[in-house]
Amino acid sequence: MTDLAQRDVSPADRDLIRPSRGRALKPILLGALGLLGLLVLWFIGTDLLPGPGSFIRRFSPFLTVASLGDLVTGSDLLTHVAVSLKRVLVGLAFAVVIGVPLGLAVGSSRPLDTATSPAFQLLRMISPLSWMPIAVMLFGLGDGAIYFLLSFAATWPILLNTAAGVRALDQRWLLLGRSLAATRTETLLRIVIPGVMGHVLTGIRLAIGISWIVLVPCEMLGVSAGLGYLILDTRDRLAYSELMAVVLVIGVIGFALDGAARALHAIWRR
Amino acid sequence: MTKTAIAALEATGITLRYPGAAMPVLEDFDLAVAPGEIVAVLGPSGVGKSSLLRVLAGLQQPSRGAVRVGDQLLSSVHPRVALAFQDPGLLPWLTLEKNVAFGLDFKRQPRLSREVRAARVDAAIDEVGLAHARKLFPSELSGGMAQRAALARCLARKPEVLLLDEPFGALDEVTRAAMQTLLLQVTADFGAATILITHDIDEALLVADRVVLLGGTPAREIGQWRIDLPKPREDDLVELGRLRTDILFKLRATLRRI
Ligand SMILES: Nc1ncnc2c1ncn2[C@@H]1O[C@H](COP(=O)(O)OP(=O)(O)OP(=O)(O)O)[C@@H](O)[C@H]1O
Ligand SMILES: [Mg+2]
Repeated sequence: MTDLAQRDVSPADRDLIRPSRGRALKPILLGALGLLGLLVLWFIGTDLLPGPGSFIRRFSPFLTVASLGDLVTGSDLLTHVAVSLKRVLVGLAFAVVIGVPLGLAVGSSRPLDTATSPAFQLLRMISPLSWMPIAVMLFGLGDGAIYFLLSFAATWPILLNTAAGVRALDQRWLLLGRSLAATRTETLLRIVIPGVMGHVLTGIRLAIGISWIVLVPCEMLGVSAGLGYLILDTRDRLAYSELMAVVLVIGVIGFALDGAARALHAIWRR
Repeated sequence: MTKTAIAALEATGITLRYPGAAMPVLEDFDLAVAPGEIVAVLGPSGVGKSSLLRVLAGLQQPSRGAVRVGDQLLSSVHPRVALAFQDPGLLPWLTLEKNVAFGLDFKRQPRLSREVRAARVDAAIDEVGLAHARKLFPSELSGGMAQRAALARCLARKPEVLLLDEPFGALDEVTRAAMQTLLLQVTADFGAATILITHDIDEALLVADRVVLLGGTPAREIGQWRIDLPKPREDDLVELGRLRTDILFKLRATLRRI
């Protein structure tokens, strides 16, 4: 079946569709090389340049990796990671529930778009952290305030991308819907939503990045778990190599989250 | 014309004026197409061919005049009227097979059982020779395959009227010739009244039973030719030559008048 199925597609086209293994490998190698370079720079900055006995030596990659080993084998780190991830996911869920419908509405109505665009652009440019005192007043210290701040930060990219997706919808698809006498619901569910899915996923990917960045400072605020909390905790215990290990963990998880979001996007686009 | 009595599609006195436009696009246009008949509509760019097709499809209400499908007056889109454009317009998130089936289960379409829908999709895909590609996504199809898929999507609805707006305009010569042959086969098999809008006089001469030439502003019919040669007509090109010159001459004349 499969080779029959591919009869009409030339080998050149096929390559354009799915890059061969050899070609996909090269960027990965180059990327790994870049990461290695980063590691070397870190080593130079903490181990080579500072004089012996310097305070900065305590941030060395070797000490960090040793601490990381301790952290990972202890049960604490996993708890903190789980708490942080849960916060991001809850914030993201709120942002999707708010951002997608609003984006659909804004994208399909010109007047609504014109009316809300300046307001959204203004709100979007305010760092979510600025709302922290207000969030704390409203929701008290703890998860409530963090959920609020993360949802707030993550809603904009999802909303704006969804709206852009609706505006970029192929008019021929809508015409097809009309020629098939599609109802409003059918148009929404069968054409508009799948049609904007790529844009929504882009929005979600950006939202994940923003959430992960906003999360750490949010968690420095009166909570007793999470990676942001762990940063402050290690600092207070003067455990600097452990602090660096947490920083590293934050980076790696963020990298993985973005990779996952990209993969999701790629699967959708095929 | 005797065929008018059993027309699958009949348009009378179609006048279309877009809101805000100084002049109508179309004025007093009449056309009747019999089941199984292929009518090619030729005309210079921007004359209003696509506008006409949208009116015939029920997508655009004419300012005056009426369109009848069988004995029904058309007031909006009709389930037995299918439409295809220059661009296949497949939905990229659906496989070819799902694209062909798209819309068959919509609420305002005739109720069909799941089995009947599946059978129609199978028949349509077989008809255009894409059975081997049914699980592929549009991004994996060549231009000709995509256009055949778009045709299959029309056929799955068992149309009484098939409206095609420059469906082969974006294809290369060879693929285009294959598509023209396919169109002849499809009209013979499905018996749909077909209106084919095209820029290509040769295409019109090869596939059409009648050629209608649109021209002027507002656009009217400025010529009509019946071609009674049997198909395929690849060998009759010499005979068609005189007709070709005639159409080209009229077409040039309309252009000069603008
Ligand atoms: N929705 C619309 N609203 C207003 N004017 C329109 C609309 N669609 C088309 N027109 C105008 O009507 C005229 C005819 O357009 P139409 O697309 O029907 O021509 P056409 O013959 O299909 O051209 P082409 O050969 O380039 O496809 C043009 O002047 C166009 O600007
Ligand atoms: Mg046109």
